[in-house]
Amino acid sequence: MKKERLKKQHSIIPGRGMTLGITITMLSLFILIPLVSAMLYSFRMSWKDFTELITRPNVTQAFATSIWCSLIAAVINCIFGTILAWVLVRYEFPGKRLMDAMIELPFALPTAVAGITLTKMYSDNGFLGRALERVGIRVSYTRLGIIIAMVFIGIPFVVRAVQPILEKLPAAHEEAALMLGASRFTTFRKVIFPEIMPALLSGFGLALARGIGEYGSVIYISGNSEKNGTQVVSYIIMSKLNSGNVDYEGAAAIALVLLILSFLMLFLINMIQHFAARRTNA
Amino acid sequence: MKERREIIVKWMLIGISFLFFIIMLVLPLLEVIVRALADGWDSYCNAISADHTLSALKVTLIATVIALAVNTVFGLAAAWALTKFDFFGRNVLSTLIDIPFSISPVIAGLAFIMTFGRSGWMAPVLDWINQTLGTDIALVFSVPGVVLATIFVTFPFVSREIIPILYAQGSDEEEAAALMGAKGFTIFRKITFPHIKWGLLYGMILCTARAFGEFGAVYAISKTRGETFTLPLEIDALYMTGSADSITQAFAVSSLLVAMAVVILIGKNIVEYYGRKRK
Amino acid sequence: MYVEMRKICKKFGDYEAAKSIDFGIEKGKMAALLGPSGSGKTTILRILAGLEKQDSGDVIIEGRVVNDIPASKRGIGFVFQNYALFRYMTVYDNIAFGLKVQKADKHQMKERVNEMISLIGLEGLEKRYPDQLSGGQRQRVAFARAIVPNPQLLLLDEPFAAIDAKVRKELRAWLKEMIEKVGITSIFVTHDQDEAVELADDIIIINEGNLEQMGSPVSIYKHPETPFVAHFIGTSNTLDNLSGFKGFEGIEAGKKVIIRPEFVEVFKNDNQRFKNLMDATEEGIIKKIAFRGSYLELTMLVNGVLLTTTRSLERRSVSVGEKMRVLLHRVYLFDDTNAEMRAEIYKNELLKGVDIEML
Repeated sequence: MKKERLKKQHSIIPGRGMTLGITITMLSLFILIPLVSAMLYSFRMSWKDFTELITRPNVTQAFATSIWCSLIAAVINCIFGTILAWVLVRYEFPGKRLMDAMIELPFALPTAVAGITLTKMYSDNGFLGRALERVGIRVSYTRLGIIIAMVFIGIPFVVRAVQPILEKLPAAHEEAALMLGASRFTTFRKVIFPEIMPALLSGFGLALARGIGEYGSVIYISGNSEKNGTQVVSYIIMSKLNSGNVDYEGAAAIALVLLILSFLMLFLINMIQHFAARRTNA
Repeated sequence: MKERREIIVKWMLIGISFLFFIIMLVLPLLEVIVRALADGWDSYCNAISADHTLSALKVTLIATVIALAVNTVFGLAAAWALTKFDFFGRNVLSTLIDIPFSISPVIAGLAFIMTFGRSGWMAPVLDWINQTLGTDIALVFSVPGVVLATIFVTFPFVSREIIPILYAQGSDEEEAAALMGAKGFTIFRKITFPHIKWGLLYGMILCTARAFGEFGAVYAISKTRGETFTLPLEIDALYMTGSADSITQAFAVSSLLVAMAVVILIGKNIVEYYGRKRK
Repeated sequence: MYVEMRKICKKFGDYEAAKSIDFGIEKGKMAALLGPSGSGKTTILRILAGLEKQDSGDVIIEGRVVNDIPASKRGIGFVFQNYALFRYMTVYDNIAFGLKVQKADKHQMKERVNEMISLIGLEGLEKRYPDQLSGGQRQRVAFARAIVPNPQLLLLDEPFAAIDAKVRKELRAWLKEMIEKVGITSIFVTHDQDEAVELADDIIIINEGNLEQMGSPVSIYKHPETPFVAHFIGTSNTLDNLSGFKGFEGIEAGKKVIIRPEFVEVFKNDNQRFKNLMDATEEGIIKKIAFRGSYLELTMLVNGVLLTTTRSLERRSVSVGEKMRVLLHRVYLFDDTNAEMRAEIYKNELLKGVDIEML
């Protein structure tokens, strides 16, 4: 019966033409046409110039920096995000509501504000930066700084993905495992982890996608030094748009590669998620 | 024995959470306030009432309001089309809507330059329109460009919040109402809207937050300080000047955005609370 | 005929939900569309209502072809499977909705809605929301909402699916009474044969988009026309052949046999009632006895096949392993290589001239 419903083609609910028309028109106008234009723009370049550009050391290095930093940041976010979600769902403690409410601060706080603030906090005249300097760790103007900025902007994605799943997971589930004599860790690994895995992956994917393309929060703390390997891809693109050395074709070409990269990663994560979901269902 | 170990684990995890929470989220907020007031209250007031700041605030508000309106219309239309009807390419459409979430905002800004900029393929069309109408509209390096970039990065916010709600709700109620002869708008207003109102508001709040704070996309397409700069761009300009004074001013302007962020967070939590209560 | 479907066809992609469906229902009757899930019965109901559009064929209501008349103008009341009550409206507003959108006079509307509320016996609950009602109360509201604009035809999609088995019987009686009181022609969809038999004047059996048989509950039970109906209604065993059974030697090879428990009579060797028919019986051994509340269900091994039959508790007691006489008085035959073939009744040839129902 359900199948019949889903295959419904004719519907007596009105508004099909109008809403579909608005949706497609607006989507094309604001998203698709500009995006496709940008991609086509990069074809103005010859293949030789294109490969020469994207294999330049500073470009490949920027890609490496963006990918590695966002990967590491996404992993850190998965660890802390799961702990935060767990603590928020399972325990009662003073300050819990405030913590819960503030998890999304990185969504609400403009990235430029986050960027300059983190930079100053971790710079040698900021108090965290000074403290870390003493133990020999430099954050501002290093890749570590980039990672911290990406952790900041990515944390809500993971917490908000995992939290609802944990809320729905009945306590009886783990109690049953504990009763059977499983240790806390085994219970987590065998009972809880498989349940939150798909959500964790989608949080990971969103955090990663955000990190790879991030600009505002990263560019201040990174220092954008080619020598230190702290230029990210979006910085390279942006620098080609700035007056003095405007290079639209180059910017479009690098953007195209970044675009393909983002889609590939999302696709990969979707695939893993798909298989993980199939395994848990089986 | 086991009980005690559990309590230790519990407080350890809470401890880790608090440490992370304070270092990553609370300290940055305090940092902004402290630095904003570093030169005292008077210079703080001067910074936030400077001409450039006010102009940036204006542009930010314009971009946010328009983006919000566009988003809401689009979000409602897309959610209705995707959840109430079956058509060829529905899944593709629903994937396309989420594109702006998965690509760099810098690319968004770039895309508009490539389309409407001097060497973009739409430039002649735009020139032609301007010539025939005698107008002087520019879509790049102008306020309309800032608006477009803001729309781009905030595009999926509303639809993403409403679509799952409508999927879960199904179409039976709407079908029943249509069968009784209710018109489209009546069905939406009386049947659908009560289901989605909190989700809609939630999406609008998220959209506002992003619109206020967008930096990368707008930065690519806006070049004139005092005319097309938004608050985040103004902060960047002040910060990049590099003098101790201007950095303090940058934090002063930042504090405005922090205040907005806090208001948004509070609003969001209120909406979440009511949304849950209704369920 | 008051409502008619003529050669209705409907495809969803490769899936044929209706293959040239033809039937008619007289005014004032209650008909059931009965079939297993996925058989297409809901689609047929939805086409009738105008919620779905047929690929070809005509829907006729009161002598008028309504193919191009929108659902809301067909004069139909519809009760949805899960009732589809408006969750953010009170009971009163739910019932009043149909009149409101038709811009009915305020005063008359109030009167009519209150009349409905007292008809369904929910006075005092007007201000409640659907999620504050029990399943049965929700069904009542859905019923009232459907009939408040005075439709000529009431359609119900699995009206009891969302209700606890316990109260289902009670609600069936209630619904039947209501529909009779209102005197409206109605058609409902169900997968539950008890429901169809109890409520409907006519049963229309649907399977894989085909109309298998239409008729009164008794005629469908007694004279199934297709193997599907023979299977679907009542309980039955299917056998590949009846070799070794006396009186059934005339069955053509390749035909399959359906046996209902009622076709099998089991008695002890010294039974008096059937003593003249002993020649027509087979020997059987009781393999299993199941107590079914008011009767016993026996599983018998006869000529190497298992047959099921029932036995009244009033008769002599039997035990597992006991040898009994088994009289098979008739079977249904069908040819499963030929879908067009109708099922036929085959009587035990040794019983010619004997009316088993007289015994």
